[in-house]
Amino acid sequence: MNHIYLDHAATTALRPCAAEAMAWAYTHANANASGLHQPARQAKNAMEEAREEAAALLGASRPLDVVFTAGGTEANNLAISGVALASSRRTVVVSDVEHDAVLHTARSLTRFGYDIKTVGVDRSCRIAPDDVANVVDSDTAIVSIMAANNEIGTIQPVAEIAAGVRAVDPTIPIHTDAVQAFVSEPVTRASTGADLISLAAHKFGGPKGVGLLVVNREVRIDPILHGGGQEAGRRPGTYNVAGIVAMVAAMKRAAETRDQFRSEVGRERDTFEATLLAGWPDAVVNGGGAPRLVQHSHIHFPGISAETLLIRLDQAGVGASAGSACQSGAVEPSHVLTAMGFSQAAAGECVRFTFGWSTKPGEGSDAAHRILSVLGELR
Amino acid sequence: MRALVAMSGGVDSSVAAALMLEQGYEVVGVTLKQWEEPDGALPVAGCCTLADAEDARRVAAQLDIPYYVLDYIEEFRAAVVEPFAQGYLNGLTPNPCIECNRNVRFDALLERTSALGCDVLVTGHHARIVEVDGVYRLRRAVDDTKDQSYVLHMLNQQALSKVRLPIGEMTKAAVREYAAGMGLRTAVKADSQDICFVASGDYRDFLRTTHPEVAAPGAIVDTTGAVVGEHAGTADFTIGQRKGLGVAVGEARYVVDIDPRERTVTIGTRDDLLVSDCVVRDMRLVHTAPRVGDRVAVKVRYRSDPVDATITAVGDQWRFVFDEPQVRPAPGQTLVMYDGEFVLGGGIIIDGRREIERR
Repeated sequence: MNHIYLDHAATTALRPCAAEAMAWAYTHANANASGLHQPARQAKNAMEEAREEAAALLGASRPLDVVFTAGGTEANNLAISGVALASSRRTVVVSDVEHDAVLHTARSLTRFGYDIKTVGVDRSCRIAPDDVANVVDSDTAIVSIMAANNEIGTIQPVAEIAAGVRAVDPTIPIHTDAVQAFVSEPVTRASTGADLISLAAHKFGGPKGVGLLVVNREVRIDPILHGGGQEAGRRPGTYNVAGIVAMVAAMKRAAETRDQFRSEVGRERDTFEATLLAGWPDAVVNGGGAPRLVQHSHIHFPGISAETLLIRLDQAGVGASAGSACQSGAVEPSHVLTAMGFSQAAAGECVRFTFGWSTKPGEGSDAAHRILSVLGELR
Repeated sequence: MRALVAMSGGVDSSVAAALMLEQGYEVVGVTLKQWEEPDGALPVAGCCTLADAEDARRVAAQLDIPYYVLDYIEEFRAAVVEPFAQGYLNGLTPNPCIECNRNVRFDALLERTSALGCDVLVTGHHARIVEVDGVYRLRRAVDDTKDQSYVLHMLNQQALSKVRLPIGEMTKAAVREYAAGMGLRTAVKADSQDICFVASGDYRDFLRTTHPEVAAPGAIVDTTGAVVGEHAGTADFTIGQRKGLGVAVGEARYVVDIDPRERTVTIGTRDDLLVSDCVVRDMRLVHTAPRVGDRVAVKVRYRSDPVDATITAVGDQWRFVFDEPQVRPAPGQTLVMYDGEFVLGGGIIIDGRREIERR
């Protein structure tokens, strides 16, 4: 039986253009880009071209605003800790539904005397802009609100939130974790209103282990890793040229084909949900009342253990996920669902299905039928 | 036919999975995640460490079977960890691994067996299940030195009809040889002994962290009631304990009684430890109930030989009168009854004398 992969939010297929760019770079731009010789200049040049393209795609004011990192987690760590450590202020504002890479970074700062203020969400996982504006003050070092939630897919009103925060204090740096949103939503400095933007390559068809952080030139930021002076002193370590050029190739492709992605992937997702709900009327689409990423479908199946369902779906050739996987691979209760008001028991009945650029036509309907068949056996 | 194999990451359950495949079953491997440290890290000691889960995963990959880790942290905390702490606070010596088998593991695994569309549940325990005329009996393992029938006494007829114990038919040496022959990475792995949620290996450290109220100093007294020393909390002690009493007397002294209400620990000679009977609660029976007057062999500790006894009471509380006086079993531990090689059932030992005093 063919496998239907519906876990694109965990990671998605590598785009051919990214694989080609990577292979090219390992052959033609493999020198250490910090050297002074010709091969180094060639590598550096390839990387700087990529930086210029990334800056243009994200509407950064200059290429140097783009800091390459080893992934989305590092970009989020650098944004929160780097800005907080460079600030004389001691409060970090985040939402309850941020990714652990943001939440745990903020929490780690409490050991150094920082306070965290958190903002809640409604039943659709949506943040109210006023709630953020109401907690910022003259001690706020940074505000971090994700562009879209990685579990539910709910799109956050980041631009409105940014405007509200600036109305209180225009100097507060605003960060958005756009790791999950970039593939299907326009993400630029202008569209988000954010001073800092995190991306991870593998969520939009690039390789794993590479990401970036846009840092507006006016934001003061300290490095969180210490070593060489790469990335203008903001992120040391030998440049991952092949990863960077592959990421930017995938970024470019994702941005160019975003409209097509939205219509084609959105259609598969909508067919999937319509088929599933027609056959299993008990099911509820989480976040259904709010703007959602077109590739996300987060479903509550009352009375059905998500853990059991996922294992049965694996056996039926459908790959999905729930909550976030811990180191041992066990499914753990999701802090996002808890923040949305789900009980522990109800949170254990929710499964995330996510579509991607390599989803084939018909897979949405095929997967829904397989799920309905498993649900029938579990009833 | 499909088998759900509970894989601990040890050699026995690894081989159990391989044997089921050999018997033609479609095999699914699972590990129950029962505990994590406060920072979310997996335990480093005991039967469900991160390394163990990784071993189980690698063995499953080698056998080409699907493998899943299931989250039972909340159930385990409520049914095992909290009663464990409360037991020590109440002067008992709980056995969390038995409580886990009695109240979490097998219920969870049997439920999953049907929910995951499996026909049988397989574990790597050293014990045997024998069926005669529709009645299932639980029998000691072929390898007597590794017998684990004691920890399986809670399996009733319904459970036994679903469970398969392929390892019970083999000696430990044969299990290791089989694993080595298949090149399984767990072939030479040592058996685990520790309690999975006690990272340091000393339950006292765990209690002090999670239940600071264990620090309740009191007196150590002799059997006449004379104070001979002091202690930092009765939860540090177990009936029969000889080391770490902090009292220097000529002859060897043992803990013979613990009274958490009076905060006293009584020490005495080995003779003071001897008792003539034992009372248990929450008896779980494999099949038919023995009757008053029946002669049985009872094991009151995991690692001690069965001794002969006569049943003198059944019901909510069962009483066993030993043929010969025995070192007093610690309340909280488990008594398992045997008829020769067969397990009849088992219950939790209570302080019989206090029960009598209260009436």
